[in-house]
Amino acid sequence: MIRVVLPFHLRNLARVDGEVQLEVPAPVTPAAVLDALEARFPVLRGTIRDHGTLKRRPFIRFFACKEDLSLDPPDSPLPEAVVNGTEPFLVVGAMAGG
Amino acid sequence: MSTIRVLVGTKKGAFILTADGTRKNWEVNGPLFGGWEMYHLKASPLDPNRIYASQTSAWFGQIIQRSDDGGKTWNPPGTKPEDLMGPDGMPKGKSNEFAYEGEVGTHKFYDGSQHPWEFKRIWHIEPSHTDPDTAYAGAEDAAIFKTTDGGKTWKELPGLRQAKGHLWQPGAGGMGLHTILLDPTNPNRIYIAISAAGAFRTDDGGKTWKPINRGLKSQYELPDPDAEVGHCVHRIAHHPSRPDVLFMQKHWNVLRTDNAGDQWTQVSGNLPSDFGFPIDVHAHEPETIYVVPITSDSLHYPPDGKLRVYRSKTGGNEWEPLTKGLPQKDCYVNVLRDAMATDSLDPCGVYFGTTGGQVYCSPDGGDNWTSIADHLPGVLSVEVQTLK
Repeated sequence: MIRVVLPFHLRNLARVDGEVQLEVPAPVTPAAVLDALEARFPVLRGTIRDHGTLKRRPFIRFFACKEDLSLDPPDSPLPEAVVNGTEPFLVVGAMAGG
Repeated sequence: MSTIRVLVGTKKGAFILTADGTRKNWEVNGPLFGGWEMYHLKASPLDPNRIYASQTSAWFGQIIQRSDDGGKTWNPPGTKPEDLMGPDGMPKGKSNEFAYEGEVGTHKFYDGSQHPWEFKRIWHIEPSHTDPDTAYAGAEDAAIFKTTDGGKTWKELPGLRQAKGHLWQPGAGGMGLHTILLDPTNPNRIYIAISAAGAFRTDDGGKTWKPINRGLKSQYELPDPDAEVGHCVHRIAHHPSRPDVLFMQKHWNVLRTDNAGDQWTQVSGNLPSDFGFPIDVHAHEPETIYVVPITSDSLHYPPDGKLRVYRSKTGGNEWEPLTKGLPQKDCYVNVLRDAMATDSLDPCGVYFGTTGGQVYCSPDGGDNWTSIADHLPGVLSVEVQTLK
C-alpha cells in the first residue's frame, strides 16, 4: 500500500483527513501514484499536474525519504521505502517566499 | 420584505453578506474556500439559489464550484449519482478542465515574440439569462468558455481568438477576459472585454467576433493610439433596458457608445482622474452611472487619499463626488474592476469592495455609504442578488 500525504487545500478538495493509502501496480513511479490518486479522487485532476500534458504544476513539489523528487522523470521508480509503505510520498505546495 | 445577498470574492476566500431590504443589519458568512483566490461568484438570474464560483490558486490551478442552495453547500459541478465515479463516488474532475480548441495558437508576448496561449484562471462567470445550466466563463489567457450542463464541462468559443488574437499582448495584470455582458433582448449578442486587448462583440452566439474599439484612444499605452485592438479596457457595463448603450472604464478615459460599440465617445468630463477600474449602472435609471477615480496607472489609490465614488446622472461628462460615509483622508485602497454592483430595490443600492477588505453599501443610490464588512481579505469581486 502506498502512503500519500496531500497538502491542506487538496485534502479539503478530496475531503480526506490525514494520509491517503493507495493500491498502485508495479512499477511504482510518481506517474503511477498520481494516476491512482486521480482515479480515486478525480476532483484532483488538474490540481497537481496539467490536464492535457500531465506535467507537474510549477508550484507543486514531490518529496520522499528526505529527497526532492520533483525533477525526476515521472516514470522513474520510487524508493523502496515508499513502495513498501515505510515512508510516504509527499505532494507539497511549494514555499511562497516572503 | 426582500432579502439582499452580496457575494464577495476575495484573495483568501469567499464571503456571503445578507440583510433584509432595509440594508442596515448585515450578517457575514465565510470564509468559504478559505485560502483560495475567489475571483468571482455569480448566481443564475433564473435560479437565484444556483451560484457559480471561480476558485483559483497559483499552486493548485482552477476549480469551479457550484451551490444549488444559495451558498449553504458547494460542490464541483457533477455530483448527481450518474456523474460520479470511483469507489468513493467522486466527481469526474472535468469541471475544472479549460482546454483551448483546435490549434492553441499564439499571441504577442512581452519580448515581442509570439507565445502560445496558456490557461491560468477564470476571472468571471456569467450565467445565462435563458437557462440555469448555461454559463459563460472568461479566462486568462484570454478566451471565452461555455457550459451547457451546469458547469460539469466547458467548451471554448474559439472564434473570439480569431479576432486578431495574434496581436493581443498581456499587460502587467495578465491577459484576462474579465467582462461578459449578455444582451437580454438578443441571445446571439454578447459583449466581452479583455485587459490589454479591448472590447469585442458577437452577433451570432459566439461563432464570430469583431473588435469594437473605434473611438478609444490610448496615446500613452499604444504606438498607434487608435489601434483596432490592444486597448486596456478595464470594465464595460450596460442597463438591461438599453443593451446597445454601453459604458466603459478604460485604463485612462471613461467612454460610452450608443450603437453597441460601433463608435465610442469620451465622457470623462469633470472627473478628478479618469483612470479607474469599475463602472456600473443604476438599476432604474439607465443614464445614472458610477465610477471610482484612481490617481493614475502608477498610483493605484484614490486621489488625495479620499475614497470617492463619482456619479453621473447624465450618462457621463457631468460628475458629482459621493463622499458621505466614505473615508476622506488617509485612504489608499483600490477598487478592482469586478468589485462594484447594484441591487434592484427602490431606492437602488450600490455596493463596492476594496483591496483593503472593506465592503461598502449605499442604500440610496450613492448619497450615503456604510461599511458592511471591514476586515476581509482584499476584495476581487462583488455581486448582489435581490431576493423576493
